[in-house]
Amino acid sequence: MLGFLKEPVVVTAEINVNLVALTVMGLITRLWGLCYPRAVVFDEVYYGQFVSLYMKRIFFVDDSGPPFGHMLLALGGYLGGFDGNFLWNRIGAEYTMNVPVWSLRLLPALAGALCVPLAYQILVELHFSHCAALGAALLILLENSLITQSRFMLLESILIFFILLAVLSYLKFYNLQRHRSFSGRWWFWLMLTGVACSCAVGVKYMGLFTYMLLLAIAGLHFWHMIGDQTLSNVSLLCHFLARGLALLLIPVVMYLSFFYVHLALLYCSGPHDQIMTSAFQASLEGGLARITQGQPLEVAYGSQITLRNVLGKPMQCWLHSHTNTYPIRYENGRGSSHQQQVTCYPFKDVNNWWIVKDPGMQQLVVSNPPRPVRHGHIVQLVHGITTRYLNTHDVAAPLSPHSQEVSCYIDYNISMPAQNLWRVEIVNRESDTDVWKTILSEVRFVHVNTSAVLKLSGASLPEWGYRQLEVVGEKLSKGYHQSMLWNVEEHRYGKSQEQKEREVELHSPTQMDISKNLSFMAKFTELQWKILTLKNEDTEHKYSSSALDWITMDTNIAYWLHPTSGAQIHLLGNVVTWASANAAALVYTCLSLWYLIRRRRRIYDIPEDSWQLWVSAGGVCGGGWVVNYLPFFLMEKTLFLYHYLPALTFQILLIPVVLQHLGDHLCRSVLLKSMFSALIVAWFSSVYFVYCTFSPVTYGQPALSMTELKDLRWKDSWNILIRKQ
Amino acid sequence: MPPRQREPRRGPGGPGRPGRPTAPPVAARPAALALVTLLSFASRFHRLPEPPHVCWDETHFGKMGSYYINRTFFFDVHPPLGKMLIGLAGYLSGYDGTFPFQKPGDRYEQHNYMGMRGFCAFLGSCLVPFAYLTVLELSKSLPAALLTAFILIFDTGCITLSQYILLDPILMFFLMGAVLSMVKCNSCADRPFSASWWFWLSLTGVNLAGAMGVKFVGLFVVLLVGLNTIYDLWDLLGNLSLSLVMFGKHLLARVLCLIVLPLALYTAMFAVHFAVLNKSGPGDGFFSSAFQSQLIGNNLHNVSIPEHLAYGSVITMKNLRMAGGYLHSHWHLYPEGIGARQQQVTAYLHKDLNNLWIIKKHDSDTADLSDPLSPVEFVRHGDIIRLEHKETSRNLHSHQHEAPLTRKHFQVTGYGINGTGDSNDFWRIEVVGRKTGKLIKVLRSQIRLIHVATGCILGSSGKTLPKWGWEQVEVTCTPYLKETPNSLWNFEDHINPKLPNISLDVLKPSFAEILLESHMVMIRGNSGLKPKDNEVTSKPWHWPINYQGLRFSGVNETDYRVYLLGNPVIWWLNLVTMGLYFLITVCTAVALKRGVQLTYELKELSGVVLRGGGQITLGWLLHYLPFFMMGRVLYFHHYFPAMLFSSMLTGITWDSLLKFCAGFLSPSTTARKVYGGVFLALVLLILYSFYLFHPLSYGMIGPMASDPSSPMAGLRWMDSWEF
Repeated sequence: MLGFLKEPVVVTAEINVNLVALTVMGLITRLWGLCYPRAVVFDEVYYGQFVSLYMKRIFFVDDSGPPFGHMLLALGGYLGGFDGNFLWNRIGAEYTMNVPVWSLRLLPALAGALCVPLAYQILVELHFSHCAALGAALLILLENSLITQSRFMLLESILIFFILLAVLSYLKFYNLQRHRSFSGRWWFWLMLTGVACSCAVGVKYMGLFTYMLLLAIAGLHFWHMIGDQTLSNVSLLCHFLARGLALLLIPVVMYLSFFYVHLALLYCSGPHDQIMTSAFQASLEGGLARITQGQPLEVAYGSQITLRNVLGKPMQCWLHSHTNTYPIRYENGRGSSHQQQVTCYPFKDVNNWWIVKDPGMQQLVVSNPPRPVRHGHIVQLVHGITTRYLNTHDVAAPLSPHSQEVSCYIDYNISMPAQNLWRVEIVNRESDTDVWKTILSEVRFVHVNTSAVLKLSGASLPEWGYRQLEVVGEKLSKGYHQSMLWNVEEHRYGKSQEQKEREVELHSPTQMDISKNLSFMAKFTELQWKILTLKNEDTEHKYSSSALDWITMDTNIAYWLHPTSGAQIHLLGNVVTWASANAAALVYTCLSLWYLIRRRRRIYDIPEDSWQLWVSAGGVCGGGWVVNYLPFFLMEKTLFLYHYLPALTFQILLIPVVLQHLGDHLCRSVLLKSMFSALIVAWFSSVYFVYCTFSPVTYGQPALSMTELKDLRWKDSWNILIRKQ
Repeated sequence: MPPRQREPRRGPGGPGRPGRPTAPPVAARPAALALVTLLSFASRFHRLPEPPHVCWDETHFGKMGSYYINRTFFFDVHPPLGKMLIGLAGYLSGYDGTFPFQKPGDRYEQHNYMGMRGFCAFLGSCLVPFAYLTVLELSKSLPAALLTAFILIFDTGCITLSQYILLDPILMFFLMGAVLSMVKCNSCADRPFSASWWFWLSLTGVNLAGAMGVKFVGLFVVLLVGLNTIYDLWDLLGNLSLSLVMFGKHLLARVLCLIVLPLALYTAMFAVHFAVLNKSGPGDGFFSSAFQSQLIGNNLHNVSIPEHLAYGSVITMKNLRMAGGYLHSHWHLYPEGIGARQQQVTAYLHKDLNNLWIIKKHDSDTADLSDPLSPVEFVRHGDIIRLEHKETSRNLHSHQHEAPLTRKHFQVTGYGINGTGDSNDFWRIEVVGRKTGKLIKVLRSQIRLIHVATGCILGSSGKTLPKWGWEQVEVTCTPYLKETPNSLWNFEDHINPKLPNISLDVLKPSFAEILLESHMVMIRGNSGLKPKDNEVTSKPWHWPINYQGLRFSGVNETDYRVYLLGNPVIWWLNLVTMGLYFLITVCTAVALKRGVQLTYELKELSGVVLRGGGQITLGWLLHYLPFFMMGRVLYFHHYFPAMLFSSMLTGITWDSLLKFCAGFLSPSTTARKVYGGVFLALVLLILYSFYLFHPLSYGMIGPMASDPSSPMAGLRWMDSWEF
């Protein structure tokens, strides 16, 4: 029973002191004086507002990326007990006492610090020497731009952390592949690859590039396995399925779960509500839900409704009419029908109410039981306050002369008959007999006489139309554009037969009781779509740069300036590291081409296994640089220097790869080798020297004098802030 | 040393090798080619004169053809070859260039338009034999080639697109020509440097130049040929029996034929373009002052104007950016909510009276300057001036309101009444690289205007204003003092009765400068074709599924209507085949990688599928995927080059698939029957669908298809089709 006591309890621990030392150094460089400056630094002003919204559980849409990164930042705030009460309005604003600066900045700093040991391990897993690995880690450690970016509430360091983690776990997995397939560790690293990839994508869409790279590498490796005749078909299939599960299925599920948590956390209505559809808004607490709660679901003849345009661009608006008429002649001389204006109005108003009327009956109230309107039914729309009918005819619209004017019909007795019949087409119907539903149905109104479609043109009318948005009948309706879709937002069954009573009824709030809920997938698709299609117009920024500037670091970003002294923080890289990384990439490309061509002619300069090492290291590090850098040349959004940091990280990893290769294969004599080592030491000290020189603008302290700052301006294109005395 | 010949790849068996399900006799090939060509020409030339009015983009390209005949300079976003050929065809067929081509629907009346249409139809008809020969070369199988040919002959979309004065038939002609000669050249690889090898290689180069010269889309076929060449060279490099010198010869031959020759032709084409178009026309304003001085009839041609700028002169100012406009203003105000509600100042690309400004001293008013007796005073570098807009008498003005589009810049407006404004109307004029006090030369001096009150520089951002600004280009005052052409200007017109006119004949730009400039202008024009908000545009994913066509002619029930839409049966067959091909390729590749032992026939077949099909698929991808990344307005007809590739793939895939399946049937007669039967069925299906849909291209009159009484009503298979 107590046999185990006879044996001594032995714990054997292997500690790689290099790794521990590197981690500690990483933590020191990233965490030192983390609370300084106690003021909003650069994009903290942007991410901070989202953290506050998380704290208050208020819904928002951010088009810059998926929510996982924001949630991690918010987690920091949550752990620090942040209540969300801070006005994120300008860079440099002092933080109030309730903002837990340290814990808000902790997670990005930790992620940045852990990149150092990750770099070390990646090189080791690529089968390079510990010396090279140490070099890579030190270069990452002393890279000023990575330090700056890690020390504030920003997302890049977290992104880089997950990217490196994904690469490392794939390499570990691949190295276990040959001898220990399907072992516990094999599964662990495989799964971790998928998880890290999805986290990277969840922080920023940039993570997709690395994810794709890893997928391509995994595909290539699997392709080699297919050619391996020793593997049976069944085990090949198992391998395939395992990879599919870990690298495709898990990332998708994780990605969905980020959104699930995001939507579960944010249940209150907020500033971005109007971007979303009515159905989505109704699912949030407060806001529209307060109004629509308890509306009848099915639109019936006699219903009083407001109609919202589904597009929501340039702003959300509701179909509207008022007693004013179109001017007889426009400024450019064209004539109009002089009938009552129909517009789209961006504010809630009693004039947004319309009554659905059966053309065959006179009454404007809902019969008992209500007769629901179905897809394909023909209705008239009566404007609630003026009781005029929605009408369109072959008269050019005021601003879009190719489309028909839409008006509320006034009979001037000039042989211009009313054309007020509209066919209701529910676009998102499930069957052709679907009932027109409040909020949920997206409806096209097709004019019966001219088959024109009721559409928001997006132009705003001149003075006579009070700058409201123009509504037209589109004759050449191509496809289903959202500007032609309308949905019922507010709705009640009309009860008053008399116009006076009806006006009172229209002014009163809606009531009654049923609730509607969107499924998670519906919410997810809508939110995802909005994130991808939302466009921010503001394209020029003082510190924006083009992708070509990054490679030579012709640009910097001023993050923060002390209100009185000259202390300031810049995103500025370690010049020596950047130059060496470029040189390494160049040398790698040239050497590879040289080797490739020579190998093609069956001349083998280096042994086969070191060629394999060279290729795989290039594939991971060089490939990582390429996929994270080149796509920016195709992008049209505003770009900043920090977009280059993931690519830079990979490029830095290439330096020791190239150096070790040069040392091993080109320096053949002992003298050459020792000279090479001496050169490397000298170069390393210059890296350290540059790190020290620029550390005042990396950490923001100590404050430098004017002349010292001027001395730091190594390139004319750098924008170092020098206070005028 | 004579080139060492590699073993011919295939044995002498050729088409008659036993074991193939169908072995067409050798004599069948020319007959089949003749049949295919005949059918192709018949289908393209059938009812060619109909409708006798301008259809769709004929209004552009017909007009440009006329410009060549009239030798009037114009500007277009495409390179000149296509339009030059149209002009040439019109010229040779007796068209005199007098028809205005104003808008679609205009009747041609007595004008001879058949030459131009016939030329396009001729090139369009050549596509079919080209595709036939390409597939025959790749698959060595007559049925595959015939299937491809039938698909292209009976596709309503290809017919419609070939029947009008458009660039697409010309582009596709060169494109298919390049593919065909590339494939032919590949099969000459066993006898390099022979006459036929040289012929096909240089023909590839000629076709590449042609494709690039018609539209920039031709770049994709250049890529295709480039990738093929790299693969080819890599193959040769690995062939150790080939000495490095020989390899160098191969490399040089390709550089010569595929890079140097096309570039020379491409440049020559522009030289002809500029030589032919020597009269001033509607495109002048897009180009720099120096360029304009080359055009007969332009006000800068043999210009004689006062040389030095003086106070009281009436001038126009042109932005130095490539395709920069003239400083312009007009009676319209900036709309509410966009800066101050003052008069708009824009950059405008056309010549107009509203481009005229008067130079005044900042501190004195109009009266003493217009006095004929007062002495002329020249403007000097560093002077502070005021610019008054001649038509509206408002001063060029800027202030610290944000500009309409570039929010970080300041707004520029026209301000003041009859030339009386405020101190925000003062600008300091500076010449690049000059010292204070020097005179300013018209046309040659590059100047910048610095706003005295805020220190910002007058510039044109290059962004197009929305409708309220008449889609002219934004003018701002930029606080960032970077030296870019955006903020540099030169004076172009200069009117001052008090000064003597001097002939300025120094502006001759070199040909290289003209070439570069015209490319910059074209690229800018292309990227300017952005879709507007709320406008429904065609998306690339619509195209392969034949989601929506284009109206070529006619809107109403009584019109003669032509609708560009692919034959849906054919297009959906292509789409299905694409999936099928993907499956087949994956299976074949995995089987080969797993080392499955294949019979000789199957090996041959897998070679055709992987190599031939691969080339074609690459072509399809290159001509389709880039459209997903384009920001400009896209149209359905952009897919047609890719559609050619996908049709060729259909031929190859079905042929290989049927051969593979037939291989399992034991007696070769049954196999042959099954093979022939399925082929016949496919061809009949294509024929029948063409019978159904032929009115799309040959014209429909009568009720719209959305009307149940129309004969086409039953054919409206998708709601998005509008015929």
